[in-house]
Amino acid sequence: MQSKPIALTVLDVLAVIALGVATYFALVFAPTEQIMGQVQRVFYFHVGTAWVGMLGFILAAVAGIVYLVTKDMKWDRFQVAAVEISTMFFFITIVLGSIWARPAWNTWWTWDPRLTTAAVTELIYVAYFMLRAGIEDPEKRARFGAVYTLLGGISVPITFMAIRLFRTIHPVVIGNESAAAQGGFSMSGDMVTAMLVSFAAFTIIFIDLMWHRVRLSGLQEKVEQLKLKVSM
Amino acid sequence: MSNIPITATKTADKDKQAITAKPSFLKAVMAIVQKDLSAEFRSRELLSAMLVFSMLVILIFNFALELNIEVRKSVAAGVLWTTFAFAGTLGLNRSMAVEKDRGCMDGLLLAPVDRSAIFFGKAISNLAFMLIVEAIVIPLYALLYNETRIFQLDFLLIILLGSIGYIAVGTLLSAMSVQTRTRDVLLPILLFPVAVPVLLASVKASGGLIEGATFAEILTPFNLLLAYDVIFIAVAFMVFDFVVEE
Repeated sequence: MQSKPIALTVLDVLAVIALGVATYFALVFAPTEQIMGQVQRVFYFHVGTAWVGMLGFILAAVAGIVYLVTKDMKWDRFQVAAVEISTMFFFITIVLGSIWARPAWNTWWTWDPRLTTAAVTELIYVAYFMLRAGIEDPEKRARFGAVYTLLGGISVPITFMAIRLFRTIHPVVIGNESAAAQGGFSMSGDMVTAMLVSFAAFTIIFIDLMWHRVRLSGLQEKVEQLKLKVSM
Repeated sequence: MSNIPITATKTADKDKQAITAKPSFLKAVMAIVQKDLSAEFRSRELLSAMLVFSMLVILIFNFALELNIEVRKSVAAGVLWTTFAFAGTLGLNRSMAVEKDRGCMDGLLLAPVDRSAIFFGKAISNLAFMLIVEAIVIPLYALLYNETRIFQLDFLLIILLGSIGYIAVGTLLSAMSVQTRTRDVLLPILLFPVAVPVLLASVKASGGLIEGATFAEILTPFNLLLAYDVIFIAVAFMVFDFVVEE
């Protein structure tokens, strides 16, 4: 039995602490927003989870290319881990956005471009799991998974761009001064700090989960091999 | 003394030539297209299914949306593209399943041609089927719903570009989905989210034209269509090898 690396345990503890710190910064440290009030605090986790969601999808596409070139199953395990974690985080992003939208836009869901693209992105990666579930041969599963994340990785920015060519009411907070008109706000210094803390915290949590998931796949594979050995 | 090795190399060269005597790329592509088309025109099972299905969809939309003249204009492009997308997956699924079922795909893969020739051959025949269906459905739609603006060159160009993008991705994904356990249900699930940009741009552009926009006004979706087509044909061309590899 492979014992858990100490560095991973340290990272676990760090991740929990980071989540606590990020929660403190979002709920206590950051000032209450003038117009939207307390509900604006959901923003810090919304942006944090969106960031790691995107990060995972990009990593998955890169891992797909590397897999197709090297044919090393390690990259397939890495890819599955990235997509699994990111799909979950991206789902959380959409839910948190919805919670914010209820008071801010007076509806849980609008067919706003940004929301629609996010939903499409989420569906691409849900389809990824359905594709993998239908293939028994691990090598073929890895190949198809790699091709599909690659297609998804190219399609997502095009979808985003496509819908952005038409209007949006989703606030653009970063690098946009006149955001208030769209239901956004301009951030004070403390808000930026809270947001950066949230970014950092979710990145640590993401790395921690990735490590666990990749390690789990490795162990799973070992179990499969041992089972084969026993049955022979 | 040196005679033997020379003859040996000569024969080897000859063998090599015989093995590597590939037909030209274009010839290989056209051979596959021809095979698909003649098989289809003999059985007509794919085209008739796509056609009947499209007509049913158009009739159902009539009930579902209770199309009056005002509504009709604004939804025409959406109705048409929904029909084409659904009929398209039907055709794509079938055209790949035929190859897979009787081991024809293995035969194709054994042929001494570039794998990408197989991709382009299948894509072109799939595109042909889709265009045939569109060529029948569009006039029919125009007739039934009294929509004459459909017959402009711009509109047909958009239909063509949209179909090309849709088929390029669809051919690649159907080659993948046909090899899975859940192949019949999987293709639309894989294809639709990836094809969102092409469907969106097509609906925007053709909808604009139906409502009387000039070509300059629909330039944004038109460019998007062009970009999508180029990018996805290139990507499908590059990764098709990995999809059919055994």
